[in-house]
Amino acid sequence: MRLTDGQAGARVLAFGGYQPARVVTNDELSQTVDTNDEWIRSRVGIESRRIAGPDESVADMAVQAGGKALAASGLSTSDVDLVIVATCTPEVQIPNTAATVAKRLGIVAPGAYDMNAACAGFCYALANAADAVRTGTAKNVLVIGAEKLSQWIDWTDRSTCIIFADGAGAAVVSPVADPGDAPGVGPVYWGSDGGLADKIFIKDRDSFIFQEGQAVFRWATSALAPIALKACEKAGVEPTELAAFIPHQANLRIVEAIARKIGAPQAVVAQDIVNAGNTSSASIPLALSRMIERGEIASGSKALLLGFGAGMCYAAQVITVP
Amino acid sequence: MALTEQEILEGLGEIVDEVAGVPADQVTPDKTFVDDLDIDSLSMVEIAVAAQDKFGVEIPDDQLKDLKTVQDVIDYVRRAEVSA
Repeated sequence: MRLTDGQAGARVLAFGGYQPARVVTNDELSQTVDTNDEWIRSRVGIESRRIAGPDESVADMAVQAGGKALAASGLSTSDVDLVIVATCTPEVQIPNTAATVAKRLGIVAPGAYDMNAACAGFCYALANAADAVRTGTAKNVLVIGAEKLSQWIDWTDRSTCIIFADGAGAAVVSPVADPGDAPGVGPVYWGSDGGLADKIFIKDRDSFIFQEGQAVFRWATSALAPIALKACEKAGVEPTELAAFIPHQANLRIVEAIARKIGAPQAVVAQDIVNAGNTSSASIPLALSRMIERGEIASGSKALLLGFGAGMCYAAQVITVP
Repeated sequence: MALTEQEILEGLGEIVDEVAGVPADQVTPDKTFVDDLDIDSLSMVEIAVAAQDKFGVEIPDDQLKDLKTVQDVIDYVRRAEVSA
C-alpha cells in the first residue's frame, strides 16, 4: 500500500465574507423585547446585526462567501478537491450543506462534509483543511463557516435574541508556494469540555437556542487566554509578534477580556461583533475578510485565531495573513 | 500564610483597576461595587476570575451575587483561606 505525497505546509490563500442585507438595530429589538440600545452596547458590544431573509438559506450564504474567497484566491473551481462547511444550523440533516454548496459553486465532485463544533467550527475546519493539504489528501480546500442562527432564536428571549445573527465566511487553503517556505497555518491547539454541555444548547428541532450567559462568560474569561497562548507556543510565535487577534465574536466583553490577558500589544483585535452580532462559526472568517478589506492587517503578518463555543469546544491556531 | 485584610484590599484594587478601569485608590472597604464603583455583573464575574488567580479562592456565581461591598469580598476571601 502507498501513501499520498505530502506537502511541506499549508497556507490560507484568501478569505471571503458575506452578510445578509437586512440590518437589525438594537432599537428595533427594543420594540419587541424589554431591552435598550445602551444596555445591549454595554453588555455585549453589539450596535446592529444582520439577519437573513426568510428564503435565504445557510447554503445561500455559504455560496456567497465561498465564491468570494475562491475569486480572491485566483484558483479555479477545478483546483478545489475538498469542501468543508462548519455549521451548527444546517437546514436539513441530510444531505449535507457542503456538497450542495460545492455544486452551486461549480466545484465538480470534491470531497464534501459538514462539521459541527458550534462557534469553534471554523478553526476546527481550518485545522482539518491544513492537515488534508499537508498529507496530500487534498490539493486545495474551500473552508466555509455559515450560520442562520435567526431560525433558532426565540425573539422574545432577550438574553439570546440580542446576540445571535446570520452570516458566512470562507477561506481557501492551499500548499505553501515553495517547499522551503514557512507554513502559513500553524498547528491547532484544540479541545472540549462536555461537562459544560448544558450551558449552551438547542434541545431538539422544535426548540430555540438556550445560553446560560454568566456561566459561559466565566468560562470564556478564565479558560481561553491560556488556550490561545498554547497555540502560539505550538507555532513558535511570541504573542508580541502577533499583528492581529481574531477570537470568535461571542461578546465584545469576552473579546476584550481575553485580549487583555494574552499580552499582544501590537495586535489589532477583531471587533466585528459590533455590526455583525455573534455569527457562530462564521464570525472569524467574516471578521478576517473585513479586516483585510479595510487594510487593517498586512499580508504576511501573523494572526491568532481562537474559536470557542457550545460543548465548550475550542480551537486556536496562528496563521499568516494572505 | 493567610493574607491580611490590607493585602487583599490592595490586590482587589489592582484587579478592579485592570478589569473595570476604576483607579485602585477608589477601592475602599465601604464601597459597593454596583452603586459606588459602577461595576456591572459581567465585570463582577471577571473580578471573581481574577481573584481566583490572585488569591487562590474560588467565588462561584451563586456566592458572587451576595458580595455587595469591597469588604464583603475581603471577608469572603479571608473565610475561604481559613477553611482551606
